[in-house]
Amino acid sequence: MKARVHVMLKNGVLDPQGEAVKHALGALGFGGVEGVRQGKVIELDLAEGTDEATVTQMCEKLLANTVIESYTIEMG
Amino acid sequence: MKAAVIVFPGSNCDRDLKVALERAGADVTMVWHKDTELPRGIDLVAVPGGFSFGDYLRCGAIAANSPICRSLVAHVERGGFALGICNGFQVLTETGLLPGALRRNENLKYICKPVGLRVEACETAYLAGYAAGQEITVPIAHHDGNYYVDDAKLAQLQGEGRIAFTYLDNPNGSVADIAGVVSRNRRVLGMMPHPERMAEPAHGGTDGKAMFDGLMSQMALA
Repeated sequence: MKARVHVMLKNGVLDPQGEAVKHALGALGFGGVEGVRQGKVIELDLAEGTDEATVTQMCEKLLANTVIESYTIEMG
Repeated sequence: MKAAVIVFPGSNCDRDLKVALERAGADVTMVWHKDTELPRGIDLVAVPGGFSFGDYLRCGAIAANSPICRSLVAHVERGGFALGICNGFQVLTETGLLPGALRRNENLKYICKPVGLRVEACETAYLAGYAAGQEITVPIAHHDGNYYVDDAKLAQLQGEGRIAFTYLDNPNGSVADIAGVVSRNRRVLGMMPHPERMAEPAHGGTDGKAMFDGLMSQMALA
């Protein structure tokens, strides 16, 4: 089974990379891009029966830094 | 004083830090990240700069979960001293021993240059060699030195006098110009600038040397 973890900077934490991407899109002529936030996706191959609570622990202990990042988990 | 310098794969300031500590009079042991125990009788654990584990996942995140860091946390919980410089600061925030986190520099650039710092009115052995308000020049060399704490934590750090160094001209976007902070018990210091790279005349200045000498003088009294 698989789990997919999305890690994003929390709202309110400046994302300089997202800002740079936004400016680059503007420079390419794409109008109307009002904001860009850049995060990461981590795919986990898990043994059958691994529960979401375990993945939550993985996020809390390692995959996200909850001082500045939030995460969401997609199971299956 | 007995000090241990932790070496991770990708550490690159470990030997400079060893030399700076030795010149201040410390007896220094290098400790590999896979070791599970610190040598006996260590007073100070120093976490050096570099790019531990290639900065994979987040700067300092993998290192903070290495076997030796469990010993580091136990050492600090026993009241031991710990110093994290640059990547070492990132590691100490990732272990939770220091508050906050280091984000990508605001201008997205790796910045390597001497910067002006103000020594803040912060009661800690690490600053014994400086006067509060003193301005010093120490190099920075980082891509992820943009210090973040939320407003509540910032107010707490300011209220408790736990900001050790601030930038005179903020190079990286750090909240409140913060370049270094100490733990609540004032025995853990994390800082992005490199005092070990400004520790002898050949480095172009000795403003960093006072930190090691000051710390050593305080430890000798203890």
